[in-house]
Amino acid sequence: MADSVGRQSDSINHATGKINRLELFKRKELTKEEKQRLRKEKKQHKKNKKDDRGPPEKEKEKEKASVPAPSKPATQSPAHKAAPVPVNASASESPVAAEKPAKSKAELRAERRARQDSERASKQGKKEGGQQSTSSKPKATPNELQPVVKRLPDHVQVDDPVALKKLAKKLERQQVRQINIVMLCLLSDCCPLTDDGFIQVFSEITLHIPVTVIHPSIVRLGLQYSQGIIAGSNARSVALLHAFKQVIQDYSTPPNEELSRDLVNKLSPYISFLSQCRPLSASMGNAIKYIKKEISNIPSQCKEEEAKRILQECIDSYINEKIILASEAISKYAIEKISDGDVILVYGCSSLVNHILCEAFEKQRKFRVIVVDSRPRLEGREALRRLVKKGIRCTYVLISALSYILPEVSKVFLGAHALLANGYVMSRVGTSQIALVAKAYNVPVLVCCETYKFCERVQTDSFVSNELDDPDDLIVTRNGKTHLENWQTFKSLGLLNLVYDVTPPDFVDLVITDLGMIPCTSVPVVLRVKNVDQ
Amino acid sequence: EIHEPEEVSVWFREGSSCCQETLARNQRFTETPVNMPGADKETDLSERIESFLSELKRCGSGAGSLRGSAETARETTALLRRITAQARWGNAGELMEIIRKEGRRMTAAQPSETTVGNMIRRVLKIIREEYARSRGSSEETDQQESLHKLLTSGGSSEDNFRQHFTHLKANVIEAINELLTELEGTTDNISMQALEHIHSNEVIMTIGRSRTVEAFLKDAARKRKFHVIVAECAPFCQGHEMATSLCKEDIETTVIPDAAIFAVMSRVNKVIIGTQTVLANGGLRAVNGTHTLALAAKHHSTPLIVCAPMFKLSPQFPNEEDTFHKFVSPHEVLPFTEGEILSKVNAHCPVFDYVPPELITLFISNIGGNAPSYIYRLMSELYHPEDHEL
Repeated sequence: MADSVGRQSDSINHATGKINRLELFKRKELTKEEKQRLRKEKKQHKKNKKDDRGPPEKEKEKEKASVPAPSKPATQSPAHKAAPVPVNASASESPVAAEKPAKSKAELRAERRARQDSERASKQGKKEGGQQSTSSKPKATPNELQPVVKRLPDHVQVDDPVALKKLAKKLERQQVRQINIVMLCLLSDCCPLTDDGFIQVFSEITLHIPVTVIHPSIVRLGLQYSQGIIAGSNARSVALLHAFKQVIQDYSTPPNEELSRDLVNKLSPYISFLSQCRPLSASMGNAIKYIKKEISNIPSQCKEEEAKRILQECIDSYINEKIILASEAISKYAIEKISDGDVILVYGCSSLVNHILCEAFEKQRKFRVIVVDSRPRLEGREALRRLVKKGIRCTYVLISALSYILPEVSKVFLGAHALLANGYVMSRVGTSQIALVAKAYNVPVLVCCETYKFCERVQTDSFVSNELDDPDDLIVTRNGKTHLENWQTFKSLGLLNLVYDVTPPDFVDLVITDLGMIPCTSVPVVLRVKNVDQ
Repeated sequence: EIHEPEEVSVWFREGSSCCQETLARNQRFTETPVNMPGADKETDLSERIESFLSELKRCGSGAGSLRGSAETARETTALLRRITAQARWGNAGELMEIIRKEGRRMTAAQPSETTVGNMIRRVLKIIREEYARSRGSSEETDQQESLHKLLTSGGSSEDNFRQHFTHLKANVIEAINELLTELEGTTDNISMQALEHIHSNEVIMTIGRSRTVEAFLKDAARKRKFHVIVAECAPFCQGHEMATSLCKEDIETTVIPDAAIFAVMSRVNKVIIGTQTVLANGGLRAVNGTHTLALAAKHHSTPLIVCAPMFKLSPQFPNEEDTFHKFVSPHEVLPFTEGEILSKVNAHCPVFDYVPPELITLFISNIGGNAPSYIYRLMSELYHPEDHEL
């Protein structure tokens, strides 16, 4: 009753543009999804509006003042990296407020009021549209069919100094020390080039905040990532989950806090720290989403020990189901595709592909393997060692000899780092080349990938978003001469060491997943099915 | 009589010590000065030939040519001029026999160094032309075989070249000098065309190290500003040298590993490469990794331009399996430090790649730009069909 009355008066108000007290009354009746959506839209709106305002703490304060909404935990963010949602309203605001430059209270209040007015006006308009869509579809899931204004993830906006400043402030808020971001500005007109050539070191804002707030197992994990000790999509995810198990074990709920909300807030600075050590992979992102969901689903009357036990079990079952059992299922499907007398080409070191080959060998299939490797990582040697230890006959070449060796090959098996929603396969750099040349020689290309690596991002080439590795790895000494030793002294010389690349779906013939053998273009279908399940 | 040195087939990598020893032993044989009284011009000539042969054997290990093809071509031509001047021959036919014999030995010393064979065929063609001009016949015009000629003349070309002409020697030497001048100017001729093809703010991709492409890019950089991406071309990484040499001329250069060729190709406007040989069908025998580069360029519809001087054009076809590929020690690929797995693994290190003519857009040579479909015609102008087999 009040709802309908409110809606009518709201429509009148929308016409006149005035603020009505009934609108406040109505706000309390919004569902959880709508609030989440509103908050996201408001954020996007605010970001578009303010160009050179003060640090985002100020807007957070004003947001707190203007929106009397209950502070929901930060579990609403669909992708972890996409939302610098105010982490913990009460806890982190106080230390941050103390270090802001002093402005007169009157000025602050005036600014706040002006902003509130404009926000409310715009929100009314958006809410109208949103309300209609939600009333017509009562069961709208958060992911689909809504005008979600996605916020660009931070790591995509590395060339925008404003976004970088915001990231720095966010990390400062979370008390995570920021590591220098180095970016190669290649051929972008919008990005200014510095005098010292192409390598432009951005954001030399190293914040001297002690890292003691981070759990030691997370610190160790971060170091292992950045040194490359743990490498490979599956290995990184499993290590992450084990570290989180340790964190949960050591966690104790502070008084007056709920475990389901507080634990998630505790995890966020750890995740920021890890992404500073090395950008998160798609598999890690999905794992983190799962954990956060599980944590927020813990019923509030659950005792702490019980909750911890449930979470540990959840993590164990995730690892078991999505990684270990999935690889068993994939091996079973893949072994059907390997026949006697095959010559199989593999690239680099994929744990899944190695597992498949070892299983096939145990099942007495007769085949031989060609391992293709590339500088500077030379991961193929590791795969070579594992296969040779099993007793499989192997040949080893570098990727430049691909055209020579490919006429002998009957099948190509590739691993994947992630499968994007438009069907592109994101994998180690060089994979797309292998697929390209295999296509030219009409050799079938099979990609093996577990479903937990499927992600919602889309990307069409390897340049728009990638990870850069240390350029000094490219320097090599041959015959005692190192030509690139002092490459930094040369102004016009740059070294580019990409980590990933994307393979278009027309090069890939089949994707073998734990759900079965699907074509590359069915990835969004699988994602949709997974979301409906959840 | 010259004592023939032992023919040691050098298939180890240049730097390994056992190989050096064998080579040193070989060298001692060739460099022994034959101090016979009244040292003949002939012995001097034979010495030079032997030293040239041994150099060919040594430097062709594919470790990024210790000397470029241009130098080899020049030295071969100079040597052939010396043979013409100093060897004993009575008529054109004998001269051609001598040159053919030496030519066979030279190509056997290093089959992958095709410029040697090409120069020999050029000189043979020069001799034929000079002979025909001396005879004053109209044979200059119909050098090629045609069905009509086969039917009508049949076998009459065999007893040619037996006539003696006094000025033949001088004419041939003069023609070879012209050839040498042409050889010296090839790189400049190619570089002069650079400004037509490279424009400002372009991104150009290349692979490995080619002196022709280097000169080409440097010439364009004098007037235009552009960006070069160099693929380093493992395992020898000649791309590094190319990059340092280019950036010294203030050309913006970026070095990428081979694996990133396709990843980067979406940002590239043109691909400019050099090659070791241009084959008779318009295809290339180029450094390994070039085929991948060509396929990636085709996929993105990026033009592929090959800068190759005319002396690299060879009448060979790519179907000869045993002579096409050349391998060097797999130590480059899988070093001995890997130890235990070495004995159970095959490792390959091929040096060359075949690039089919469909992937090539343009050939830039010292006589201008040509499409790959025109190469067969150029070849027929440079070489006589009977010389294709030495």
